[in-house]
Amino acid sequence: MKVRVHVSLKNGVLDPQGRAIHHALEGMGFAGINDVRAGRLIELDLADDVTDAAIDEMCAKLLANQVIENYRIEKVS
Amino acid sequence: MGFTAAVITFPGSNCDRDMAVAIEEITGGTVHRVWHGDSDLPDGLDFIGLPGGFSYGDYLRSGAMAARSQIMQAIVAQAARGVAVLGVCNGFQVLTEAGLLPGALLRNGGQRFVCRDVALTVGTSQSLFTNGYFKNQRITIPVAHHDGNFHADAATLDRLEGEDRVAFRYAEPVNGSQRDIAGVLNDAGNVLGMMPHPERMIEPAHGGSDGRVLFESVLRAVGVAA
Repeated sequence: MKVRVHVSLKNGVLDPQGRAIHHALEGMGFAGINDVRAGRLIELDLADDVTDAAIDEMCAKLLANQVIENYRIEKVS
Repeated sequence: MGFTAAVITFPGSNCDRDMAVAIEEITGGTVHRVWHGDSDLPDGLDFIGLPGGFSYGDYLRSGAMAARSQIMQAIVAQAARGVAVLGVCNGFQVLTEAGLLPGALLRNGGQRFVCRDVALTVGTSQSLFTNGYFKNQRITIPVAHHDGNFHADAATLDRLEGEDRVAFRYAEPVNGSQRDIAGVLNDAGNVLGMMPHPERMIEPAHGGSDGRVLFESVLRAVGVAA
């Protein structure tokens, strides 16, 4: 089973990386950029009997830091 | 029995020796060097130091991997018993990732790695680690970090300030930290995390000795003859 974990910064958490990307895009001449937020994509290849609860626990305990980040689990196959 | 300390080494720690030397020289005590994969700490510890560095190459998030290493369970247990725990720089990141301290340390607001001496103000003199300073004292301690931008929600920040748990603040803009926080204490006051490196400012050859007071404070508070 392939699972994608999308980790993103919570609203209100400053994202210096996103801001730098924003400035770089504008510097390249792209217009109309309102905001940029950078996140992280983690792909897991798991045995079929790994439970949803276990995947959620992996996210909560290590893959995301819930003080600053949200996560979303997407099952690909 | 004299002052007894442990300094933890994670893969990628690089200030572990500096911290061990500082503790030895200032307290005259015994310092045990402990590997992150060990499951037990030595008996009778007065102090545990988590050093600076780049544990696990800062993979995933700074301090995230180290916070889940074997030795951390023993450190959490010792912290609960009241043993003094100091995390400096990467050690501070590890303590927040392990849940021993609130908040998180984000990438510096200016995106750049900051490596220089900075002016700090002492937030409280009422702690195990800061009793040798006076409140609002201005001191100089070096920083060297990329992820030192302290972040917590407003309620947590209010609580830290209301409970006198901000140990140090930056006296000048350094990394974008909320409310200029450079170091925080846990609710019991026996765990301190700070981005500046007190172990790098303990003798005139370092350019100053303001960091020395922190280790002297612990020695005094613990009440063990050196």
